Amino acid sequence: MPEIRYNGRAFGIHAGETVLEALERQGEAVAHSCRAGLCQSCLMRCSTGMPPAEAQKGLKDNQKAQGYFLSCVARPEQDLEIGLPGDALRVEAAIAELARLSETVMRVRLTTAAALPYRAGQYVTFLRPGLSRSYSIASLPEERALEFHVRRIEGGQMSGWLHGQAAVGDTLTIQGPLGDCFYTQRDAAQPLLLAGAGTGLAPLYGIVRDALRQGHTGPILLYHGARNAQGLYLVDELRSLAASHPQVAYHPTLTPLDEAILGGKRDWKPWRGYFCGDPALVNVLKKKLFLAGMPMREIFADAFLPAAAKPAALL
Amino acid sequence: MPSLYERLGGAPAVDAAVDIFYRKVLQDERISRFFDDVDMERQAAKQKAFLTMVFGGPANYSGLDMRKGHAHLVSRGLDDSHVDAVVELLGQTLQELGVPQADIEEVAKLANSVRDDVLSRGSSAHA
Ligand SMILES: Cc1cc2nc3c(=O)[nH]c(=O)nc-3n(C[C@H](O)[C@H](O)[C@H](O)COP(=O)(O)OP(=O)(O)OC[C@H]3O[C@@H](n4cnc5c(N)ncnc54)[C@H](O)[C@@H]3O)c2cc1C
Ligand code: FES
Repeated sequence: MPEIRYNGRAFGIHAGETVLEALERQGEAVAHSCRAGLCQSCLMRCSTGMPPAEAQKGLKDNQKAQGYFLSCVARPEQDLEIGLPGDALRVEAAIAELARLSETVMRVRLTTAAALPYRAGQYVTFLRPGLSRSYSIASLPEERALEFHVRRIEGGQMSGWLHGQAAVGDTLTIQGPLGDCFYTQRDAAQPLLLAGAGTGLAPLYGIVRDALRQGHTGPILLYHGARNAQGLYLVDELRSLAASHPQVAYHPTLTPLDEAILGGKRDWKPWRGYFCGDPALVNVLKKKLFLAGMPMREIFADAFLPAAAKPAALL
Repeated sequence: MPSLYERLGGAPAVDAAVDIFYRKVLQDERISRFFDDVDMERQAAKQKAFLTMVFGGPANYSGLDMRKGHAHLVSRGLDDSHVDAVVELLGQTLQELGVPQADIEEVAKLANSVRDDVLSRGSSAHA
């Protein structure tokens, strides 16, 4: 089996094992969250050898060229010398505002020390010592602060800190932005379906305003679902957004989103869809809208996967 | 004479076929269970690679790749009847796109040529 060198030490890799698992098994702590190649928390950089191609999926070409790879999905086939990514992809941020949008959702605004170019709807990773979690950007690039909507999770490490101890002025590091769930204008008249549950609204709140700012003229259907009324937030803001833009229809609903959306018979072939939030819901929407005629390449989605627990073997 | 892949229309034809074909696969009770529990984009990318190959396009699967790629499905019961269903849905897809019968048969022949590898039968023809 191949061997990896990290911090000047050699680490063996078992068959089928990822770089992240091998390092953890041998006592190293490496930042990670999703363990699925999505959040890029586990980004590492290879200085000697070629990282496996599947561990570079989703990275930018210039990152690939510099040897960056995702350790949680890297099953190396050759010896590698690797290290942490360094600070080039990270920026320091300070909390500028904490405001409750509902009983369970906090609006978090951050200002960054250096500019962070992004598209509304992308996400970034929040890094605190020993902890990394992804959050979707709800603001537009021209707004001064980055905006996030964070739902409080019982016992949650990052959301618990943001809802409990964190105060204006506290700092954290962010990495990113990531993701391709954002508005690009190919046809200003194309009908858009935006659907998300809970804080799945965060990227959609950015995307809908970005589309309007770019002069989108076609219908925009925005569905926000929740299991109970506290899960719905920014209702007044979105009502007034819809009132001032006749092409926008806003539907806050407690009905399961797939039923709410597919209840009315429509021809979905010309539509583009953006689906965000709970992974199970995102998958259902992707599948049902695809089967109802929406083209695969017109479907954009961000599933809010929870941080994965360590595989049982490592506990 | 242009190759099968050129006659079918190359990469744009694959793009046109993949959504139609994948929708059929997902809705077909005989085989949908083999395609149901996986990431949709990844599945669609695989379908695209499969269509490129059976359209006679640039694809470089070895028999061994085919075996590795389907072993987990074989262990879940994948057999000839399911391959037949895939070939049938492929034919329907091409019919909907207006492809002539002779070309559809050629595509089916290409699909059938990897049947043994997909089902992990015999020794790998071209590993
Ligand atoms: C691409 C992406 C974008 C995201 N965007 C957002 C966003 O905009 N807003 C937002 O609020 N979150 C978002 N998330 C989810 C976020 O990254 C965290 O997973 C979430 O905030 C919980 O982290 P935590 O540290 O508070 O909880 P953890 O400490 O990770 O979890 C504490 C406990 O709660 C459980 N748990 C975790 N998540 C859930 C859940 N959803 N439901 C029930 N139990 C759970 C865990 O299994 C664990 O037992 C996003 C995730 C991804 C991958
Ligand atoms: S990408 Fe590796 S932990 Fe998320």
